[in-house]
Formats: sequence, C-alpha cells, structure tokens
Amino acid sequence: MSLSINMEKIYLDNAATTKVDERVLKAMQPFFLEKFGNASSQHSLGQEAEMALEESRDVIAKSIRAKSDEIFFTSSGTESNNWVIKGVGFENLASGKNHIITTKIEHDCILNSCRWMEKQGFEITYLDVDKEGFVNPSDVRNAISDKTLLVSVIHGNNEIGTIQDIETIGKICRDKGVYFHVDACQSYTKVPIDVRKQNLDLVTLNAHKINGPKGVGALYIREGVKISPLIHGGNQESKMRSGTENIHGIVGFAKAVKISSSGNIRKMAKLRDKLIREISKIPHSKLNGPEGDKRLCNNINFLFEAVEGEAVGAYLDINKICSSTGSACSSHNLKPSHVLKAIGVSPMNLNSSIRLSLSKDNTEKEIDYVIETLRNIIFKLRKVSPFKLKYDGKEK
Amino acid sequence: MNNLVYNKNVLDHFQNPRNMGVMENADAEATVGNPTCGDVMKIMIKVEGDRIEDINFQTMGCVAAIATSSMVTEMAKGKSLDEAKKITNKDVAKALGELPPIKVHCSNLAADALKKAIESLNKK
Repeated sequence: MSLSINMEKIYLDNAATTKVDERVLKAMQPFFLEKFGNASSQHSLGQEAEMALEESRDVIAKSIRAKSDEIFFTSSGTESNNWVIKGVGFENLASGKNHIITTKIEHDCILNSCRWMEKQGFEITYLDVDKEGFVNPSDVRNAISDKTLLVSVIHGNNEIGTIQDIETIGKICRDKGVYFHVDACQSYTKVPIDVRKQNLDLVTLNAHKINGPKGVGALYIREGVKISPLIHGGNQESKMRSGTENIHGIVGFAKAVKISSSGNIRKMAKLRDKLIREISKIPHSKLNGPEGDKRLCNNINFLFEAVEGEAVGAYLDINKICSSTGSACSSHNLKPSHVLKAIGVSPMNLNSSIRLSLSKDNTEKEIDYVIETLRNIIFKLRKVSPFKLKYDGKEK
Repeated sequence: MNNLVYNKNVLDHFQNPRNMGVMENADAEATVGNPTCGDVMKIMIKVEGDRIEDINFQTMGCVAAIATSSMVTEMAKGKSLDEAKKITNKDVAKALGELPPIKVHCSNLAADALKKAIESLNKK
C-alpha cells in the first residue's frame, strides 16, 4: 500500500462530527475573554451577550423559514430529540393521547427515548423502511390513530444517508392533526428545510455536524405546539429550556450556518459519486442506501462480503483514513447496526459495512488515495477470510 | 502505524498474520463461530506422531479475532497435542500483550477452534 510517511489524516467521519471551521472559531473567540457575560444579566456585558444570542437565533430561524421565537437552543441534537419525545408526550397526556409513531432507522437518542416512554405507559409504533431505507408515507398515514400525538422521522439517515420525503409526511400529519417532528441533525444545511412549506411542527438541529462547535443544538417548535420543558431552572429560552445560554457555542453555530453553501454541497456530492462509482467495482461490494439526490451529499456506506467492518476500519486507520463501521465489534453494546438490519441486510453480512462521510474540505486527491487503499484492504482481508467468494474475473 | 485501540503486537499479527491460508491435506480441521459478533474462524492442522507439525488458520473477524487466530497458530506449532490442547483463550490474549476489555470476547475463538480440531482428530 502506497503511503507517503508525512501524509496528514484523511478525515471521512464527518457524520460523527466535523472540524470547526476557522471562521467559526474566530467568531466564537471574543465570547471567551471579552464578551463573556451572562445573557440574563442587566449590565452592558450581559446585554452584549443577549444581543449576540438573539442575532444567532435570527440566523438559525431564517435558515429554515421559522420565526425567531420558534427557535430554542439546547446542548445537542440528543437533547432536542429527548425533549420532543418526552416533552410532547407528557404535556399532552391529559388529552388521552399516548401514541407516538417513529421508524426503525432513527438515531439511538430517539429510539432509546421511545423505549423509555414505553415503560412510562406510552405506545410506540416503529415503522419499517424499504431496502434503501425509505419510509413509505402511506405507512405513516395508516399508523395514525385517534390516540396518536406525534410522528418523529429522521430526515437524512446518519448511517446510510437516505433522505425522507418529509413534505409528503408533513402534509399527512397536518391533515390528521398530529404533530410532526423531523430530526435534521445530518441534513441541516445540506437539504432544504422549510418549516412552513413542509408542514413541520418540530425540527432538531445541531452545530457540530456542520463545522460548528460540539455542545450546541437547537429545537424549532412551531408556535402553538404543546410541549413541556425537559430542563427546569432559571427560565431561560422563554421559560422553555433553562440553563445559562452557551453564547460562544451558539454564536459559532450561527456562523457555521452562515458559511454553509450550495457550492460545498455540489462538491461533496461529486466526491460521493466518485467514491460510490469506484468502490462498486470491488467485487462482492454493495452500496447501502440509495443513489443520487435522495442520498445525503456526504454519505457513503458499503458492504463488503466475507470481511468484518471493524477490521476494515482499523486497516483504514493504520493508513491514516478515519471511517466508521456499524459492526457489532465496534459498538458499545456489541450489537450490529439496527439501520442495516431494518433495510434487510442478511445476518451474515450485518457486520461487514463501512461508512465514509465527507466534509467540504475533502479533496479529490484524498478520495483517489482512499479508493486505492480500500481496494487493497478488502483484497487482503478476504485472503484471511475462510469464506470463498466466486469471482467473475474482474478483480485480481 | 498509529492506532490507540490495539497494541503493536496485536496490530503486527493483524497486518502480517502467521500461518494464514488453506492447508492442503490437513489431518484435521475445525470451524467455530462467535454468535456475539458473527466472527468465524477455521483451524487446520497436520500431525506427525503426537506433534502438531503444521497449522493454518482462516478468520473472518475484527482485528482482535484475526490477531488471536494468528497467535494461537504460533503457540501451537511444534507442540504435542496434549500441550496444545491446554492452551487457553487467556493464554493467547496474554501472549499478545493486552486486548481492550470490550474486545476480549473476540479472542475466545482461537483456543476453542484449536481444541476442537485436536478433538476431531481423536475421533477419527
């Protein structure tokens, strides 16, 4: 495997987190040593913080066509998602409704919140998806009953990149009078979100997937949606989310949104398609998730028969390439990916996938090196594997 | 080489597995699977008298599974069948230095496969 010794790391795990953009860092810096006030304070330092907070709120609101007072800052996408499931669930319990609909391919923070809600007496429907990871909107319609409070769907899937038709689902939910929540942690700034046009009631956003800082998220709550706070305290965020606002993080979040551009999306999509095209040439490989416009511009997820994803990831790491795998061996609970299971990957192949996720900063040169390296790794690991694959002669 | 999860020795066995590949005319072989994570390991042995003259492995698994497979073949080669049977999974992990705690279950295949191969020999 060719590798120049001083080569820097190639970071292809941007669905996990991203590097903070230098412009974002610069925007945040004054809020550590100079403008460090508490936005609740009445003096000038506090007012300065308050102003920065509200300016940032405006930026986030505008980006999804919401009103500023419909944006609430949180600590993370995970907090926002927990807030939706628990806050909507408990606030509306008195109405006699206790049913929540979600899907089998949500992030763990939705799934584990829902499982916890089941223990509190709520009923949860986990919708199936098709083999590319799409939720059928008519399944959503059929699952809605007079007990249903909320439908929660992940917009762009974090593992396989599937982008759901939220506009159609939004219309169904609005017609049925059911709240619709979209987890947009992966899709935000990559796929258009228009809360008015798409009939969205709640949207989860976060900063660190878009070259912003970790530790900041937001929740859009449409005016009029009944939801109770998750965090109680000093009544910040219009009494909806207590805790001193993370001003430097929020300012960084807004800056990250401002610097996002359609040019970067096109650039990532082009590199994505090259990776998909070239990796597909490795025999007995299969793309997980859809191709084209209905896939996140930065997501690539491949299954390689007869090898184990953790071993592929370790080999990539040795070659200075950062990736991610859904294999059981790499997870905290030793269970393979629930997303791959939901799209029908056979038990035997459940631990054989690798995810590569791009950022605006990846280059074509890096991608060429990744393709060549990955090809060699799969070849090497298959030599070690007891499973013999039938080749049609297109590979060494 | 720059991996914080595994030590140098583990990474060496992973990247340069010893005694890897199919063995022609093996006297015995055994395949074991790890239901936890889907790993599969195959051990093949050639016996001369009561000694393991040659031993090969093939593994589909993570870094720890491949490294422990490679290590167990090194440990068993040239040993008497009785000695080889006494090799435990712990011995293999120890010989590699250390494995991350969450990875210890991955090492459980190696000695099991070896033992199973030796036992199948006795049944013949």
